[in-house]
Amino acid sequence: MQKIKYLLSSFILLCFLMVGFVAHGANPDEILEDVKLEDRAREISAKVRCMVCQNQSIDDSEAEVARDLRILIREKLVEGKSNQEIYDFLVSKYGEFILLQPRLKSNTLLLWGLPILALFLGIIGLFMFLRKKPQEEKAELSKEEEEALKKLLSE
Amino acid sequence: MIGAYKGDSRLMGTALINAPITLLLISFSFFTLMYAYVTSDFSVKNVWENSHSLQPILYRATGTWGNHEGSMLLWVLILAIFAGLVALFGKSLPLKLRANVLGVQAWVLALFLLFILLTSNPFERLVNVPFEGEDLNPILQDIGLAIHPPLLYVGYVGFSLTFAFAVAALIDGKLDAAWARWVRPWTLLAWVFLTAGIAMGSYWAYYELGWGGWWFWDPVENASFMPWLSGTALLHSALVMEKRSALKIWTVLLAIITFSLSLLGTFLVRSGVLTSVHAFATDPERGLFILAILVFFIGGSLFLFALRSNQLQAGGIFAPISREGALVFNNLMLTTATISVLSGTLYPLILEALTGDKISVGAPYFNPTFGLLMLPVILVMPLGPLLAWKRGDIVGVFQRVFALSLFVICATAIAYGFLYDGPWLAPLGLGLAIWAMVGAFAELQLRAGFFNVPLGKAVQRLFKLPGSMWGTAFAHFGLGVTLLGIVSVTAYEQENIVVMKPGQQAEISGYTIVYKGNVPRQYANYISEDSRFDILRGGNVITEMAPSKRFYTTRKSPTSESAIYHAGFSQLYIALGEREDQGGMIVRIWWKPLISLIWIGTIFMVLGGCFSLVDRRYRYAVPKLAKQKKEDITDAKD
Repeated sequence: MQKIKYLLSSFILLCFLMVGFVAHGANPDEILEDVKLEDRAREISAKVRCMVCQNQSIDDSEAEVARDLRILIREKLVEGKSNQEIYDFLVSKYGEFILLQPRLKSNTLLLWGLPILALFLGIIGLFMFLRKKPQEEKAELSKEEEEALKKLLSE
Repeated sequence: MIGAYKGDSRLMGTALINAPITLLLISFSFFTLMYAYVTSDFSVKNVWENSHSLQPILYRATGTWGNHEGSMLLWVLILAIFAGLVALFGKSLPLKLRANVLGVQAWVLALFLLFILLTSNPFERLVNVPFEGEDLNPILQDIGLAIHPPLLYVGYVGFSLTFAFAVAALIDGKLDAAWARWVRPWTLLAWVFLTAGIAMGSYWAYYELGWGGWWFWDPVENASFMPWLSGTALLHSALVMEKRSALKIWTVLLAIITFSLSLLGTFLVRSGVLTSVHAFATDPERGLFILAILVFFIGGSLFLFALRSNQLQAGGIFAPISREGALVFNNLMLTTATISVLSGTLYPLILEALTGDKISVGAPYFNPTFGLLMLPVILVMPLGPLLAWKRGDIVGVFQRVFALSLFVICATAIAYGFLYDGPWLAPLGLGLAIWAMVGAFAELQLRAGFFNVPLGKAVQRLFKLPGSMWGTAFAHFGLGVTLLGIVSVTAYEQENIVVMKPGQQAEISGYTIVYKGNVPRQYANYISEDSRFDILRGGNVITEMAPSKRFYTTRKSPTSESAIYHAGFSQLYIALGEREDQGGMIVRIWWKPLISLIWIGTIFMVLGGCFSLVDRRYRYAVPKLAKQKKEDITDAKD
């Protein structure tokens, strides 16, 4: 039993040495050791725009600027800053453009509100449509339509 | 069109001849350009800019539409093909409707041809003929370029026909179930191609861009997704109109909106407005031209709609709980989803143009908004087809799906048991996907009478069910399959990013990846360095993967090619990152469980569309079915 344990642990050690560096993150050398902080770093990175890329988050981008920002975010996290403080800092430095998820402000009210408004109006419209008195409608076919129908049926 | 207005049948007849002639002429210019590409005729500026004589013949040919001018030419070619199809095969249409449709189609065609002639001439010549071309953008040198744009354009442009039908009906003031019956196959055809085109594009981006994402909510993607959403809504509302003569006005409006969104997509992609509002402002010619076309058609058709819509009869009535009700619900949600994607795409552009404030709207906006709107749609999806027209019996439906619900709840519970340490929402998502997949066949099962009649008879009945019913089942099943893939890969994806040197290995989800080293290779128009990896499972080498870095010599641009290993529906995905200083290489390895299902689901959707298309009721009315249709119409009367 002892032997197995020994073998196992040496195997794990071997793996560790051979693998070099295993981690989850953007670039291996950026990863924080604290798993919780690293998770938060990735959560934030996914919501921050890479300013020089086409519609990429810094989490996805290989650009130098993105890398710098990722490291910056991790430094701030290690300092003990909250997510909100980091977003605020980024916005103060780069403007609202850097956030992929726009914050609810006066100029984005319509953006967030539109889907809700559309749904609401749709439901109201629907309600009014359905409330219409169920009157019996007579949809008589016109002569032309009758002929067209006959033709269609006989084909 | 003028002919139809005056009721002159001779003038109306000319449309039938004009359409094929236009088609012939446009095909001629398209294939001339293609010929120039294939033979590497660099006296044509467009060919010189986007081709290279050493490219494989496939990419030389597909390069024809791998650029602005050529792709616009493909656009109008497909437009002309659709017009030609109606002219040649739309014999069952009333002459007046057909002439009007062709007239509208000709208008669209004429304006886009003018656009090409004035702003995007693909045949511009160069005085000093260069010896060699500038090469096609490396990302486009892929089989994806051969398939994706044509499919997508057939979809986009196919909706022009639906639009033409809608406008024709508005001009004529005649809108009936027969109209919906003529329109639906064309819409379905466009939808099938658009679905395939979007799916293809998504898979192409997935393996070509190399960061493992399959949908980026990029404005260009949204541009194709919006017509798909509203087109899907249109399919469902046209169904109500065809069967029950209800929702007429709404259907026409949707037809107009869908094509407007196609045009808007063309505008967004082709005007350069997306890269930046400023890029648009510095070279406004093309953008303004498409914008003018956009305003002309959307404005014109909506004006016509406003003018005529109150003359149209509203049509049949139904209770909230009914087949129509479910389809209306689908329309409500899909339209809202379209609006949310639309506002997310356009809002930053409009805001910047108006106030100068720059904001970004990315995946963190679209995912929750869109996801929340789709949730109820998928919940209701299996129930809809079980409800009766006009007035459904919700209790009855629930009784019928009782066993199914139990099954889904059990499956979800089992999923929780196995995946308890994953995200807690994920098993619910899996359950929803299974609900959609199994529920899709509930209608077939009930109509065939499984469990009620002997098995053999039920199977017999099953194959006699109409194609459209099979179509619905397959398309809904496909959506469930896609959802299963999405949930699974979003929740359970594993990622391992490591610096590796030759001889080192990495682990992911039970696989061992051994880096063996690099092999340089020389190709016609690029050099490549393949990194070779052995993939081991349980100590045995099961395959080799070779992602590579390429360098295209003419454009001096590097690209990175990922490698994918398929393990069932799951994938192992390796992409190469930067080279590190001491001979190491950053290697990104992903385990993507069930990701293939995302695209396999779309194949089922396309198949579903095809089943509905070949439904014989659309092709000819067999006497037996004609009787049934008569009943439909008498139904529609009350």
